[in-house]
Amino acid sequence: MIALLRRDLALAVRAGGGFGLGLAFFLIVVVLVPFGVGPEAELLTRIAPGILWVAALLAALLSLDRIFALDFEDGSLPLLATSPLPLEGVALVKGIAHWVTTGLPLTLAAPVLGFLLNLAPSAYLWLLLSLALGTPALSMIGTFGAALTVGLRRGGLLMSLLVLPLYIPTLIFGAEAVRRGADGLDPSTSLLMLAGITLGSFALLPFAASLALRVNLR
Amino acid sequence: MELKVSDLSVARGGVPVLSGVSFDVAEGQALVLRGANGIGKTTLLRTLAGLQPALSGNVDFPEDTGAYASHTDGIKTQLTVTENLAFWADVHGADLPDRVFKTFDLEDLRTRLAGTLSAGQKRRVGLARLGVIGRKVLFLDEPTVSLDAFSVKMFASWLRDEHLAQGGIAVIATHIDLGLDLPELELAPFRAAADAGGGSDEAFL
Repeated sequence: MIALLRRDLALAVRAGGGFGLGLAFFLIVVVLVPFGVGPEAELLTRIAPGILWVAALLAALLSLDRIFALDFEDGSLPLLATSPLPLEGVALVKGIAHWVTTGLPLTLAAPVLGFLLNLAPSAYLWLLLSLALGTPALSMIGTFGAALTVGLRRGGLLMSLLVLPLYIPTLIFGAEAVRRGADGLDPSTSLLMLAGITLGSFALLPFAASLALRVNLR
Repeated sequence: MELKVSDLSVARGGVPVLSGVSFDVAEGQALVLRGANGIGKTTLLRTLAGLQPALSGNVDFPEDTGAYASHTDGIKTQLTVTENLAFWADVHGADLPDRVFKTFDLEDLRTRLAGTLSAGQKRRVGLARLGVIGRKVLFLDEPTVSLDAFSVKMFASWLRDEHLAQGGIAVIATHIDLGLDLPELELAPFRAAADAGGGSDEAFL
């Protein structure tokens, strides 16, 4: 499984791997919002947590359909399915690889972009923490969505429709944690919920994803 | 070790294509599947490899010894030939033997990106994968597509001298003659009757 993780990370950073794609999208959205909303610093401060979380979510969504589609096209997926690796493990590794290539860079870049949105100083720590806790759930839920739609032509749109509703709890608790942090309130309930969603999705969704893959490989 | 297939029925997209297929392949033996396009060679091989469930019947061989290879090689174009093969060896917990490069005439291509290879060269990398994963029971779907005559001979001699000689088993769907004098199985007699049960309801389930 380490071999698969290493290969996926190597593929992501090579030409056409789409490593910077999510990050660039995140950057563009966050840079554009102040232009669209106008220069009122107070308004920006108020909407910053929501904007940062929505942008991070959409950036993660952007690269989801690559998780299995490329392996399906070049025939790696049936070969992996007949290899000694359990398909559940393959799904788990794919989710982790997606997080390392999108969720992690987004988390690290978010504080810098928070500055552009005039995020309240007390919220930076919580922004970093909530993204670190929440983005793994986005990757794992997305891996499940990608497994459901692998092999479909233009499955990307269908996958977005399937995945977005599942993203809503993560978004609510993520943005709420940052907002409470910005207001100087205790964000720990939201953070605990985020951690719960992440742990739950990593515990359950690899099994669901592998079942979906098995059906789609027939 | 033995591959036993008894009374196997397979379906593609819910439509039964072959029924009552039975054969045994002993250790060190290979079987060539023959039949016109669309008869169900690929479907049969995918079922044998466990990628899709059989309608009925049994496939029996020791667990975790099977490997499947199809028209698509599972070769990543952004990785070099060595990286590709090392990955598959790693996944199967095997080492990457040096001689595999010689066997499949890949010595000069080791550090080339797989994306820059010709179709035939890529196919050779795909076949070399079979040489590194150390699986005993191979299900090969058109292994010689886009290979030139020399490479076909190379593959045939690997199959005979290394794989089968070491007690391997192979079931091969191919239209060309590998020049190995292998037993053949014509699939036409096993063609499923058009209205064989189970198929028509599938879309409504």
